[in-house]
Amino acid sequence: MGQILAYRGDVLVQLVPLPLGQTLHTKQPSFRQDPNNGRPYIEEIYSTDEAKCLHALICLKNAVIGSNRQKGFVVQHGVISRLIQIISCDSSPVSVRIEATIILGSIAKGTDEHVKALVDMNIIPLLVKGVLEDGDESSARLVEASLCCLRTLLQSGLAPTGTLAQDSDFVQHLLALLRASITSQMAIATILTAECKTPECQDLLSAHGAVYSLTALLCSPHRKVQMPALSCLAKIIFQNRGVALAAASASFGGRPLPDILTSLMAQDMPKGMQLSAARCLTYLHRAGALSASDDIIKGKTLSCLTRLCDKNHDNGIKAIAAETLGYLTEVDMILQKDASILNHLITNLAMYFKYAMEEVPPLQAQLRQAAFRAFASLGANDEDIRKKIIETEGLMDHIVCGLQDSSPGVRLAAIRCLHSLSRSVQQLRTTFQDHLVWKPLMNLLKHASDDDVVTVASSTLCNLLLEFSPSKEPILELGAIDLLCGLTRRKEAALRLNGIWALMNMAFQAEQKIKSQILKALGTEQIFRLLSDPEVNVLMKTLGLLRNLLSTKPHIDQIMNLHGIQIMQAVILILEGNHSAEVKEQALCILANIADGDSAKDFIMTNEDVLKKLASYMMHSSVKLQVAAIFCVSNLVWKEENGALERQARLKEMGVHKLLQQLINTSDTLLFDKVKTAMTQFSDS
Amino acid sequence: MASPNNTGQASEPAMDRLKQLYPMVNEEETPLPRCWSPKDKYNYIGLSQNNLRVHYKGHGKTHKDAASVRATHPIPAACGLYYFEVKIVSKGRDGYMGIGLSAENVNMNRLPGWDKHSYGYHGDDGHSFCSSGTGQPYGPTFTTGDVVGCGINLIDGVCFYTKNGHNLGTAFTDLPQKLYPTVGLQTPGEVVDANFGQQPFVFDIDDEMKALRARTRATIQNYTIPGPPGQWTNTLQNVVCSYLVHHGYCSTAEAFAKSTGQQFNEDVTSIRNRQRILRLVLAGKIGEAISETQRLYPGLLESDHKLMFLLKCRQFIEMVSGVDIPESSSSLSSPPRISTPQQQSVIQSTKSYKKPRSNLAANFSSPVSDMNGSEENSNNTNSLNGESDVDMEANNHNNGCHQDGHEDMEIDSNNANQAKSGLCGGSKAALERILSFGQELNALSMEVNRDPQSTQMLQDAFSLLAYSDPWKSPVGWQLDPQQREPVCAALNSAILQSKSLPRRPPLEIARAHAQELVALMSRSGLGSCAFANLDELLSIP
Repeated sequence: MGQILAYRGDVLVQLVPLPLGQTLHTKQPSFRQDPNNGRPYIEEIYSTDEAKCLHALICLKNAVIGSNRQKGFVVQHGVISRLIQIISCDSSPVSVRIEATIILGSIAKGTDEHVKALVDMNIIPLLVKGVLEDGDESSARLVEASLCCLRTLLQSGLAPTGTLAQDSDFVQHLLALLRASITSQMAIATILTAECKTPECQDLLSAHGAVYSLTALLCSPHRKVQMPALSCLAKIIFQNRGVALAAASASFGGRPLPDILTSLMAQDMPKGMQLSAARCLTYLHRAGALSASDDIIKGKTLSCLTRLCDKNHDNGIKAIAAETLGYLTEVDMILQKDASILNHLITNLAMYFKYAMEEVPPLQAQLRQAAFRAFASLGANDEDIRKKIIETEGLMDHIVCGLQDSSPGVRLAAIRCLHSLSRSVQQLRTTFQDHLVWKPLMNLLKHASDDDVVTVASSTLCNLLLEFSPSKEPILELGAIDLLCGLTRRKEAALRLNGIWALMNMAFQAEQKIKSQILKALGTEQIFRLLSDPEVNVLMKTLGLLRNLLSTKPHIDQIMNLHGIQIMQAVILILEGNHSAEVKEQALCILANIADGDSAKDFIMTNEDVLKKLASYMMHSSVKLQVAAIFCVSNLVWKEENGALERQARLKEMGVHKLLQQLINTSDTLLFDKVKTAMTQFSDS
Repeated sequence: MASPNNTGQASEPAMDRLKQLYPMVNEEETPLPRCWSPKDKYNYIGLSQNNLRVHYKGHGKTHKDAASVRATHPIPAACGLYYFEVKIVSKGRDGYMGIGLSAENVNMNRLPGWDKHSYGYHGDDGHSFCSSGTGQPYGPTFTTGDVVGCGINLIDGVCFYTKNGHNLGTAFTDLPQKLYPTVGLQTPGEVVDANFGQQPFVFDIDDEMKALRARTRATIQNYTIPGPPGQWTNTLQNVVCSYLVHHGYCSTAEAFAKSTGQQFNEDVTSIRNRQRILRLVLAGKIGEAISETQRLYPGLLESDHKLMFLLKCRQFIEMVSGVDIPESSSSLSSPPRISTPQQQSVIQSTKSYKKPRSNLAANFSSPVSDMNGSEENSNNTNSLNGESDVDMEANNHNNGCHQDGHEDMEIDSNNANQAKSGLCGGSKAALERILSFGQELNALSMEVNRDPQSTQMLQDAFSLLAYSDPWKSPVGWQLDPQQREPVCAALNSAILQSKSLPRRPPLEIARAHAQELVALMSRSGLGSCAFANLDELLSIP
């Protein structure tokens, strides 16, 4: 018997009389014919008679709802200033202010020009005042209307945002208003989402209990409340460890927030909800509040996001899902591995380029960018995954196109993807060569103004310049040396590092001509500057470059011949400086290389100071440094070379031979080998 | 109750789990696979652990030594989404293991996937085999310790696999019907365990079920009914209106009809009359309902003996429950009777009735004689003796039918006395009224052409008297006011029919029709029926 209710509910829905829009629709034509006669009430809006004014406002409200034409009229005829005058006047009755606010809220939903007109009139502080109104029931309606109007304006992206959430009292007031109504909940969650722009805002919101309030909103039975609450939650936990930790331990009705979010990812939830919930969990993970090994992340979130990347979903959903997935898996190898086998992810992502071609521009770029980002994360560490990605049909072509895409976001994502894939030795030798990827890459490097692009592109270039890479030659031809030398002069440490690193790679086993070009383009002064770089990695790579330059006898002699004095100065500078053993080891290795030359040997032999330093490093507490110093000594005394006897005599005189005899008893095998090699070079005496 | 059922309960949760997974499967028509078949396998396959563990016992030299086993039954379409998991206990020598599906009669000397109507995912290379000797790259390889799941979406005819709880995505499409879960092994030492749902799965299959359920629901809800706009609305309004009229929700029906422009085909007075009678039935005042019916619809009950019997039976129950208190014991006979002779020969008719039932009584001969013996016991009170004369029949049957209720039953005469007195609030007069009403009811039952259903009904009703606390007795369910509803519906239908109006409202017919269609879908292999549970669909807000 009870079942009647179910039927009744369903059927009665069909009984709604005439939709509201229809009455408006019939009115409009008459407006068009005679714009002045159609709005007799406009005059009365200016009436001082409150009843008349109220009536006129109600007429206007009904006219503007859903009609951009009517809104245009209101804007053009300066009615807005009257409306603003009404809401800013505390003496106007609340009912009048409510109607005026509703009309303004309606106009805010119009075209961009309408929104700008409102923003230009500096309406936001007035709305904030409306939100702060307190008192009886009718002022509650004013608060709600003000919230809605404020929400619409801030959401449009055309109003300045970011200041309201810095006001502690206002935030507290907003959070207290969450109890008021469903409409307020929707509006407030959206306002906070738009306003929360800095880590300080995140902290402030969290300090006022926003995490708890949002958790409560997520348990609302209304989807339209849950959705903005999810967006807001994502906003306040993004890259904020403190807030994320608070969120991970928050609960409502005995249910922890991560569990609530997990339940919102269930497959019978609307797709947008699943996606937003997965995004929040992703942010919780990346902010360090949920571990990658937690089943909520590794099981549910990963599976939800990979599922949302498949062909059955809207392209908008797919784009955000892949972008989020890229962020989720960016640093964790296990997540990368799991994602790569889930739901045919790689094949599905490859399809994004096809979907993009059928889409309108903004979404087109989003799809491409998302796919590249996801691929970049997936291929960051695992060679098998990289292989799977590259073997995906046509992918390299898409990357090459992506490097030249008109959207900067797509270009950056494409380089990230290429960078990730360039960590594979095999790909450097084959696919990259086949697709001439260096061409667009060099092009980007030459013309890019965006530091992010240059950073990732130059990192990629480093990999392409590795000795086994066949791309090395053509990259040189495209003027890479000047470009890289330019990078070493940038103020961004990451760029200097990439520049010098790439040069180091380039110099490795290079021809004499290239080495000279590098030295010439870089200049010894710049080398000195890099040797005193605050970034130790830059310093290390600079020393690495010098080592690579000073290899094979003829190169050593020629380079020393030209720049010997400066190079020796540089080495001494490092050896005397306050550096770590790793750095000094590099410097000693440079000396060893110099000692491998013919004429170059003199730079060391004639410098008593350097010889003394070598002797002292032989007895250093760091074995690494001992090994490097002895290596240098054995190069100096190598018996088959001209003048070996004199050098041996000189070193003996310095007590080096004695030191070697002491060291032969070492227990360190590597050191022992080096000592023995050096000893055998000394002619019997 | 506890101890004898213990063994049964142990297996119950497992059964329940499968029932919960696949609630729309009628296992009488299409049993679910619960283990591997000891008959449907190649010789090289050995089974153990209740036929859930599979091991290889052949030579394992070439692919000609491959061996498979199928589950006992094909996957019923009404599962909607079917899923089973296989844990690799040991990969054996080479780990050539295949997990999948195959149709009946596919060669078992093969791994799943190699032949027509056979599908498999192989551990050694991670390839999927779709009725072909050459595989396609599909997923990762799997080996000892991995749990591989196989899911079949019977709505779309597609199959996916999982590895350690991760969905690997679609492997096969366009699957035929009636496939069996299948595993194949090929080298010595390979051992796998199956979980057909008796144990919790590693993979969250429930989430996938949710997706399909939501999809099916959306398909139903978004279905556009062909025809000119407005027509369907009109039909629905008609359905609702007729339902309201049928059940006598008079004011609601009037209001609804007024706002929707529907017309009744019954006048309002008539509806109100029915409404009044139905309310009496629903309130348990059956006696009043009967007299009202006789007043307003003379001849209706007189010509419909079964309905009369049904009402009287209910009246008896309501008397036991203390809701229906007849003004006098003669209330039953106060309206004009058609056939008076039976009234006088209660005992006679009881005997004549006994004959066709003798075979049933014989089955329970010993309890019958016990009771008969108690009748001879001189310690019994008069009232009990007088009652047992008439009631014996019902009591005997009750005794036989409810063997398990022995402990609750009050055989001892002293206790019986107490029981009876407790039954009618200690009023002897009330008890006598019930007993005499029972006699009349029994007499009436003779007039009706008794089918097993009404016999049972009478037995159940009379059995109430056998318990000290009828509410807590095994037949206590009859006292639930909800049980008035079928009686109410039957009376309502009869009244409507007497006025040449439909017995059942269109809404209920449509509902029954839909339910029948869902069952038909199951028999026709349409997987969506798994998510087309009518009550569930209608209860969604």
